[in-house]
Amino acid sequence: MEYLIRFSQSYETFRLPEIQALAVLEGIDLKVVSYSLESPFCIVKLPSQDAAKRLIRRSILVQTVHELWGLGATLEAVHADVRERTSHLWDQYLTCSFKFTIDSYQGTRSGERKIDIINSFAYLGFAGPIKMRNPDQEFILFEDWPLNSTPLGIPDPKFYFLGRYLGTGARDLPKKLDLKKRRYISTTSMDAELALVTANIALAAPGKLMYDPFVGTGSFPIACAEFGALSFGSDIDGRSIRGDEKKKTLKANFEQYNLLGRLGGVFTADLTNSPIRRLPLGGDNGDNNDSGVKGRLFDGIVCDPPYGVREGLRVLGVRDPEKCPWVIPKGKEMYKLPDFIPPRKPYSFLAMLDDILQFSARTLVDNGRLSFWMPTANDQDQEMPVPTHPYLEIVAVCTQAFNKWSRRLITYRRIPNAQVDPGAVEKAKEAQETGKLLGKTADELNPFRKAYFTRFESPPTNTPDNEPVQ
Amino acid sequence: MKVLTLNFLTCAVKACKTTNNSFPLHPKDAELVHDEIEINRDLLVNVLPRIDWTALRTTSTELGFPTLPEQPPTAEDLQQDEKMLKELHALLLETQMMEGKLVCGHCGHEYAVREGIANFLLPSHLV
Ligand SMILES: C[S@@+](CC[C@H](N)C(=O)[O-])C[C@H]1O[C@@H](n2cnc3c(N)ncnc32)[C@H](O)[C@@H]1O
Ligand SMILES: [Zn+2]
Repeated sequence: MEYLIRFSQSYETFRLPEIQALAVLEGIDLKVVSYSLESPFCIVKLPSQDAAKRLIRRSILVQTVHELWGLGATLEAVHADVRERTSHLWDQYLTCSFKFTIDSYQGTRSGERKIDIINSFAYLGFAGPIKMRNPDQEFILFEDWPLNSTPLGIPDPKFYFLGRYLGTGARDLPKKLDLKKRRYISTTSMDAELALVTANIALAAPGKLMYDPFVGTGSFPIACAEFGALSFGSDIDGRSIRGDEKKKTLKANFEQYNLLGRLGGVFTADLTNSPIRRLPLGGDNGDNNDSGVKGRLFDGIVCDPPYGVREGLRVLGVRDPEKCPWVIPKGKEMYKLPDFIPPRKPYSFLAMLDDILQFSARTLVDNGRLSFWMPTANDQDQEMPVPTHPYLEIVAVCTQAFNKWSRRLITYRRIPNAQVDPGAVEKAKEAQETGKLLGKTADELNPFRKAYFTRFESPPTNTPDNEPVQ
Repeated sequence: MKVLTLNFLTCAVKACKTTNNSFPLHPKDAELVHDEIEINRDLLVNVLPRIDWTALRTTSTELGFPTLPEQPPTAEDLQQDEKMLKELHALLLETQMMEGKLVCGHCGHEYAVREGIANFLLPSHLV
């Protein structure tokens, strides 16, 4: 049977990846029949109405799902389609209480006209009581109107869909995790709605282990824990985890949402010097770890890495040991003191992206997902390529556009070792070698940062302060 | 930091990654707390194959817990053996290390744990 999904008309490019991820999570066979970024209405094929309800129950971008009773460009066409699709079902709804409404997207109808339209469906033969609150069944005629139809005086919608209501998405969760009401946030905390969408796309679920190597105030681990996963996180900046005040810590956030039991652990660490145990890929990447430590640890890795635009990206180390010969001996002497702050050196954003992919390939279980955010220019020739890795398959690239730049959520799937293409591994190795020769490694400045400082007055940051483009 | 996390962490010093005795890190002066959490069998079954059992046995003993069996339980064991399930749950998920140090058995580096947060930042001569 076909079902009608009513999306919210926002974060358009995230909508399909979200429900496709939920289909994977629920083990539901989902076929998209019709979908467009310009419309909130999407038609899908699903095995059952139970599957339809399960598919969307934790979706952030789906408002509702309906059994599709008919569609068409005119009311006549809708009536014909409803007869064709559902005549055999009408008997089941003869006596139940029901409600029949019209939902006009981008348009309006007079009350009278609405009643006329509703009455034109009288042939369905529903004889049960009409109940506006908690009816047994709810039928909705959706109208898809052109933009600005009211001021333009457009008389009719472009399209109609008749659906029987089945279920609602998780639209209440973003409110629950709203940053405005969260105890501890920073300027780079991820918006609750997008953090939840990210957690969905990364397949966070009960019994799973999720990790954010740039955890900050914990937006992603919180979203993952909200969906039942056990969350881990780390950050190079211990203060960002610990906060400044007593009640303002990452842990306090978990406490606020009653999720403490799902906080696996947080620690201070630099991703480029990570203490997470992991085996080398393919066993021959020069890192002959044979410590008998088996297995990959995480079902999902979700993060918003530092773009390094405003303050430059840093990792542990000294840039020019010759220039400041005292740093290392001083460190040797002092590092055991409780408030020793280890030196940091600048690092390239592209190198960091490679590190994230490599780390994920080594620590994600088969089919585990990496979802991370990265900025890009809207301008084609400034666009940053989507990073690739032979052990990771790109699952989805979602874009949130702002005026001068965009940020993308890129999602990968860990390919099981046996299915990894050896040719791709070879190529990646070569590319890395040439990259090294060209000096395209850790020390190269962030190309993105350069581009933005020369072209735009306000560089992108992890917190978009300019308004999204609608 | 749950005891489970200790099973995921090794010495951050690159030279230590290739040796056996840098994992697990050894808790020193550990202050533990115990928080009751609802048992999640699926979680434990999922986590089991990712645990380094030998390392967990070491950690468990060093933290003063009773010695774990030599062989890890199987997924079926966890389905049937309620006692085993509860013990593992209590150790891995309910017990947290709040203060103390984690010491590398190879290089001797001590990673401080404060307010449940371990610090793995290294000084420049170790990165
Ligand atoms: C964009 S913020 C992430 C914010 C986080 N998603 C939140 O909700 O608060 C990036 C974080 O990466 C951390 N970071 C920067 N360089 C790092 C590195 N080399 N290793 C680990 N974390 C790093 C920063 O301290 C910062 O907290
Ligand atoms: Zn060590």
